[in-house]
Amino acid sequence: MSLGIVMLVHDALDRAEQLVRHWATHDCPVVVHVDAYVTQDDFANFTAALDDLDNVRFCKRRHCEWGTWSLVAASQTASEAMLETFPDVQHVLLASGSCLPLRPISEMRAYLSNRSQTDFIESATTEDVPWTIGGLDIERFTLRFPFSWKRQRRLFDYYVSIQRKLDLKRTIPFGLIPHLGSQWWCLTRATLSAILNDPQRPRFDQYFRRVWIPDESYYQTLARRHSSRIESRSLTLSKFDFQGKPHVFYDDHLQLLRRSDCFVARKAWRYADKLYDSFLSDQPTVVTGAEPNPGKIDRIFTKAIERRTKGRPGLYMPSRFPRDGHEGNITAARYTVLEGFSELFDGFEDWLADVVSARVHGHLFAEDKAHFAGGAPEFFGALTDSAKLRDYNPKAFLTNLIWNTRGERQCFQYGPSDNQDLSWVMAKDTNARIYVVSGAWAVPLFHSNRNFSDIRREAARLQKLESEHLTVLRSGHARARTQIWSLADFVLNPTEPLQTVLDDIGLRQPGALPKLPKMKPLQGFGQFLQDLKNQGMHPYLMGDFPAGHDLVPTARIQRKPYLVK
Amino acid sequence: MGVWTSYRLRLKRKQCHIRAFRKRRELTEIANRTGAIKQGDILCFSTIRNECIRLPYFLNYYRDLGVNHFLFVDNGSTDGGAEYLADQADVSLWSTDASYKSANFGVHWTGWLQRRYAHGHWSLVVDPDEFLVYPFCDTRPLRALTDWLDTSDVRSFGVMLLDMYPKGPMHSLTYAAGQNPFELADWFDCGNYSISKNPKYGNLWIQGGPRARAFFRDDPEKAPALNKIPLVKWKRNYTYVSSTHALLPRGLNLVYDQWGGEKASGCLLHAKFLDTFKEKSIEELKRGQHYANSHEYRAYHDGTNEDTDLWCDWSEKYMNWRQLEMLGLMSKGNWA
Repeated sequence: MSLGIVMLVHDALDRAEQLVRHWATHDCPVVVHVDAYVTQDDFANFTAALDDLDNVRFCKRRHCEWGTWSLVAASQTASEAMLETFPDVQHVLLASGSCLPLRPISEMRAYLSNRSQTDFIESATTEDVPWTIGGLDIERFTLRFPFSWKRQRRLFDYYVSIQRKLDLKRTIPFGLIPHLGSQWWCLTRATLSAILNDPQRPRFDQYFRRVWIPDESYYQTLARRHSSRIESRSLTLSKFDFQGKPHVFYDDHLQLLRRSDCFVARKAWRYADKLYDSFLSDQPTVVTGAEPNPGKIDRIFTKAIERRTKGRPGLYMPSRFPRDGHEGNITAARYTVLEGFSELFDGFEDWLADVVSARVHGHLFAEDKAHFAGGAPEFFGALTDSAKLRDYNPKAFLTNLIWNTRGERQCFQYGPSDNQDLSWVMAKDTNARIYVVSGAWAVPLFHSNRNFSDIRREAARLQKLESEHLTVLRSGHARARTQIWSLADFVLNPTEPLQTVLDDIGLRQPGALPKLPKMKPLQGFGQFLQDLKNQGMHPYLMGDFPAGHDLVPTARIQRKPYLVK
Repeated sequence: MGVWTSYRLRLKRKQCHIRAFRKRRELTEIANRTGAIKQGDILCFSTIRNECIRLPYFLNYYRDLGVNHFLFVDNGSTDGGAEYLADQADVSLWSTDASYKSANFGVHWTGWLQRRYAHGHWSLVVDPDEFLVYPFCDTRPLRALTDWLDTSDVRSFGVMLLDMYPKGPMHSLTYAAGQNPFELADWFDCGNYSISKNPKYGNLWIQGGPRARAFFRDDPEKAPALNKIPLVKWKRNYTYVSSTHALLPRGLNLVYDQWGGEKASGCLLHAKFLDTFKEKSIEELKRGQHYANSHEYRAYHDGTNEDTDLWCDWSEKYMNWRQLEMLGLMSKGNWA
């Protein structure tokens, strides 16, 4: 019982030589196909270097190009030579010049001789495979591909689209059911010779010549026709990235590859000395007898693909700067924006910081500076409280803050006197939880001793800004979860809205609602609004405050807060 | 991109080439060992001025990463740096006393050398105080990266300039030749960078970090740009437009993903803030050869009068590239 290796080599001849020697000295005959683009001199040196091995053969050379029939033709020639020259070979493994055996070859031979009738070839129908590069799946088999995808990309695309438009289709030869799979297989002598000696082979070959990437479908399809027992997986560990290129293994993958228990891995970087030295050495390795388990490696490469295609939401950095609408999420984590609360309650921020498990900031986007929690001049990630730096790019300030503090809920105050450039950013952000007591900005004005005409002007300005802000929050494009109460509704029944806010952020000690903070006195507030009205301004965002008497918090009138989104 | 824009950018590119061609006369050949450059070698280009003390570590760092040949332009050093470089077997050296400013801050000089020697090579353009860190740089040489970029058909590799600073005032340190500068300056800002896109060349424009925080608090738009594209598979018709921040043709500037994913990127650790800094900023201010009327150096100079300590409570201590990748300052992309 013996294993034969068909090896396709096109560069890194020094490594290929090392590999051939390794296989051959472990009683595995090797037939090598060297690409015709390797110069005659290099080829001569290569063959001369392997002269001392009697179970190595070189077959006729041709030029191979990715995704074309030439690769299949090369493996056919080499396979024929293998079956003819080495009659005891029972299994044939197709490998490349950078496929590294990871386990002792004796162990691999034992594994195969226990499964002498099994063909190891990944083979699935086109409907069931996710890896279709360029949107071509069944069309690989029904269109013609005379142009090179790498060199004549435009012609390639153009010819595909013409065929699609004219609805030109080739007939798949009778008796073939298209299957796809990894191009690296290990077939039994019986199956391989049945494929190569099929009376219909000229017809099939003719057909596959114009199929796209036939090396991933020729053997995979024909094995289904001839094999008695297919194990649809490849013995060669080979991972592909999102562009369909094989991932490369480096020295730092050594332990990972060891633990994978796979037999062969593709492909190792040419200069990964440590990998080649340790896997091609003859040190007595522990024979595990384990089934291949590429799970760990799979995870690493799946994560790499995810990072390349989806990235880390909420992160803006030198190699991730998504266009508007393609961010995934605008920020990295959920955060809470409170509007109007600190205007209405005495010491609201301190109270909130005590009861919830979150970082409670003041007005981060205030005109004078960023009011970080505890009045700190700097914060996570060395953000500073400088208003100029912040306003230079307020969106970056917000996304940085949320990114820097991943794992800790952030909570900040906001209002119409703050930087309004953020309105849309927050409204479009699914991570934002925005709670607004509309019109609460009037309370500090009410308590101020300023000249009434100034107050009137300021009130008009703030009302306009907040009204615009609320329009944004209520817009159809808004994705934030928003709740808005008018000041009057809130004053009548503050418990329920506060409970909603606390529940959303999360209490430090779950249980009953802690003692409420003290509301600022509002005696005469109705009259104050009436005075504003008398001056010709129309304060409407705070709801209905009668001028004659004051609103008293009561549980009698309970209106449901309305949910925008 | 319209035909008109495309045409204008082409003119701009030609203009850069012509200027670089004219500036070639300012360069005097001191040691030319470019004959030793082999096919596929990785080349490093740099302009120096009175930075002899930094050179031993710089050369060793990049030799260890796998740079095969260094091409230096010496802009009138008087500290023996040129002699030191001329003795190195893998260094080619040109010298000039001409104006740094009128050579577009050295871009024309290195541009000419690149045009002559870098065609078909991976070319790294860094200052002597910039140290490249890329994913897996502790286990994989630079060639592993360039090989991978080659097979991925990626022509340029973007990085962020990360300003490193010591804890405590800079003048209290004593940097010795050959020493790893990040033994002294091992702190950085991890999350205060702001990014915008430059519509003209399509590159990102990154500002922030300790320099913006300490010296440009009141004038953030003048803060220095931190985006760089130092590693490029060079072709004769490429050119840097402003320092290494932007290239033409502008497809080379697309080192970032715009659809939510992350491309692979690195960091350039910037060892500017050592005890040598104050002296340097005084000298540079006197020469007035730096960008935007030496605004940067003036701001530094004002700032360093009382020995500014760039360190703050939220500074991060540097450990390795994995830390930078976790903090989101660089990315592995789909290199695994």
